[in-house]
Amino acid sequence: MNLLEVKDLTIVYDTSEGTVHAVNGVSFEINNGETLGIVGETGAGKTTTARSLMRLLPEPQGIIKEGSITFDGKDVRNMSEKELRHMRGFDISMIFQDPMTALNPLLTVEDQIAESIREHTKLSKHESVIEARKMLEKVGIMAERGSEYPHQFSGGMQQRVVIAIALTCNPKLLIADEPTSALDVTIQAQVLKMIADLQQESGTAMILITHDLGVVAETCDKVAIMYAGEIVEYGKAEDVYGRILHPYTQGLFDSLPSLDKNVRRLKPIKGLMPDPTDLPKGCKFCPRCEFASEKCKETEPPLKELTPGHFVRCLRYEKESGVS
Amino acid sequence: MENLLEVKHLKKYFNTKHGTLHAVDDISFTLQAGKTIGVVGESGCGKSTLGRAVIGLNEVTDGQIIFEGRDVTHLSLKERKKMVHDMQIIFQDPFTSLDPRKSVFDLIAEPLKINHMTGSKDELTKRVIELMDTVGLAKRFLYAYPHELDGGRRQRIGVARALALEPKFIVCDEPVSALDVSIQAQILNLLQDLQEQRNIAYMFITHDLSVVRHISDEVMVMYVGTMFEKAEAQELFDHPIHPYTLGLLSAIPVPVVNKNKEKIIMAGEISMPINPPAGCRFAGRCPFATEACHTVTPELEEPFPGHFVACHNMREIHRDHNIVIP
Repeated sequence: MNLLEVKDLTIVYDTSEGTVHAVNGVSFEINNGETLGIVGETGAGKTTTARSLMRLLPEPQGIIKEGSITFDGKDVRNMSEKELRHMRGFDISMIFQDPMTALNPLLTVEDQIAESIREHTKLSKHESVIEARKMLEKVGIMAERGSEYPHQFSGGMQQRVVIAIALTCNPKLLIADEPTSALDVTIQAQVLKMIADLQQESGTAMILITHDLGVVAETCDKVAIMYAGEIVEYGKAEDVYGRILHPYTQGLFDSLPSLDKNVRRLKPIKGLMPDPTDLPKGCKFCPRCEFASEKCKETEPPLKELTPGHFVRCLRYEKESGVS
Repeated sequence: MENLLEVKHLKKYFNTKHGTLHAVDDISFTLQAGKTIGVVGESGCGKSTLGRAVIGLNEVTDGQIIFEGRDVTHLSLKERKKMVHDMQIIFQDPFTSLDPRKSVFDLIAEPLKINHMTGSKDELTKRVIELMDTVGLAKRFLYAYPHELDGGRRQRIGVARALALEPKFIVCDEPVSALDVSIQAQILNLLQDLQEQRNIAYMFITHDLSVVRHISDEVMVMYVGTMFEKAEAQELFDHPIHPYTLGLLSAIPVPVVNKNKEKIIMAGEISMPINPPAGCRFAGRCPFATEACHTVTPELEEPFPGHFVACHNMREIHRDHNIVIP
């Protein structure tokens, strides 16, 4: 059984300027210990998808219109406030891009970790602080520094603290929303290695949201490419990187400057992401796609399994046999 | 060919309550018209301070800046105002570097007005539209405000403002770091087109090594205020010598699955150069550091023509890989 199963998830935001179609029919699943990378540009619906898994959408604007979210066999959409609270605390943890906004500037680092430990155990204040110091060592920070405040830590260290807090409850699933995007590359490498080591140790599954195709290649088992609220390509990382199917995925790769090849000009994707209050009718990528035909403007392409486990949403593959 | 810009032993120190911060410590380089020098390094390495010092936004502590054969290190305010015609800067964040209360027209017209290059209202509008056209902004955005535009378009306004006075040299301080990759590629192409059309020289400051390789003719690697390595872009990426450069290159996540590359993970973090002692500033994090590294500051050497490196142990480090450094 999968740890998490998302099926046909559709989310809208009701705003004064119209209905924002943020997520449109997204499906994916994660097994225990697996890592799924969700890749896409600003506004693709990555964060909305992630937040909906814990029912953390802003209310009342954010509405899950359709689809199902099944975590550990339980239906997340029908959970009571009490069940949600339990799930958020014990089963799923989330870390965000900017660690400084996730930490309380007025509390020492060890007190913040201890607070989270006391939420989940019956330990006394003193015992929880000792436990917090152990957690700090685990994420590579000297225990003595626990009595310092967040502003005394560098960005990389703050992110380690956030990760320590997220892991105190031994979650089954960790959702990391751009956890290293604000960090320098050498620090990013340290933090990613640390997350991977801890994950291996505890068997935690992870959803890693990022815009960096390199980070996904190095850390994820599976990858979902999102565009305008849809998954346009989905599969095992080695399959997707080995044979890129969707023109948007190809566009993302072509936009990246290479470290070992000389390219005089990059090949960016033309134009901009469509307005989510007014999405195009057929394929959502069609206005920017160099392969677009008349049919693409009218017909919404289905997500097709072309080879086992490798899905693509594009009419170019309509005639190929695929997996039935 | 004659150099457009020469920077000689540039130093910029800041006095803080904890001591003197050596933000830029003895940096030298030259740049020709129409070329790009990339400056790469992590947060806090002094790359932005260097860029600001070169165009006169920071008073220099010591050293010399020579632009078109003329010493421009210390200029009066009046002379400085003339210099802005030749030297401009594009900032990282198109969200904070533009006045939210000004329209696109006002923003692009501003440098022209300040420098009395306006003429009649019609002429000014014509010039602004011309500039918008150059940077790929549609005319319909003329009276739009920054908040109505996406990051890529906002950065195009930043480029148009920098171009308004037709400079010969532009400092680009992380101009694409806040943008999505597909938009980033659009802006990089725009900057390259402009360089070819107008023979503008760029100092391109970034933390992104693949961007710096793509856009630069020459690359300088900075660490805590000092230059560790400098070479032609291809030479630097094909034959990196300094252990810090090796570590940086190894840390970049490459978009290829199952690439069995050996990662050098550097321990520790960049430190603040407040009253720095003698010795290599990387010694504390360097896996190859020896005693000398902690006590003697390494000199910049030129083991291969045009390839500069500051490291005591570079010969020993590379001997193990059968690379002989003279």
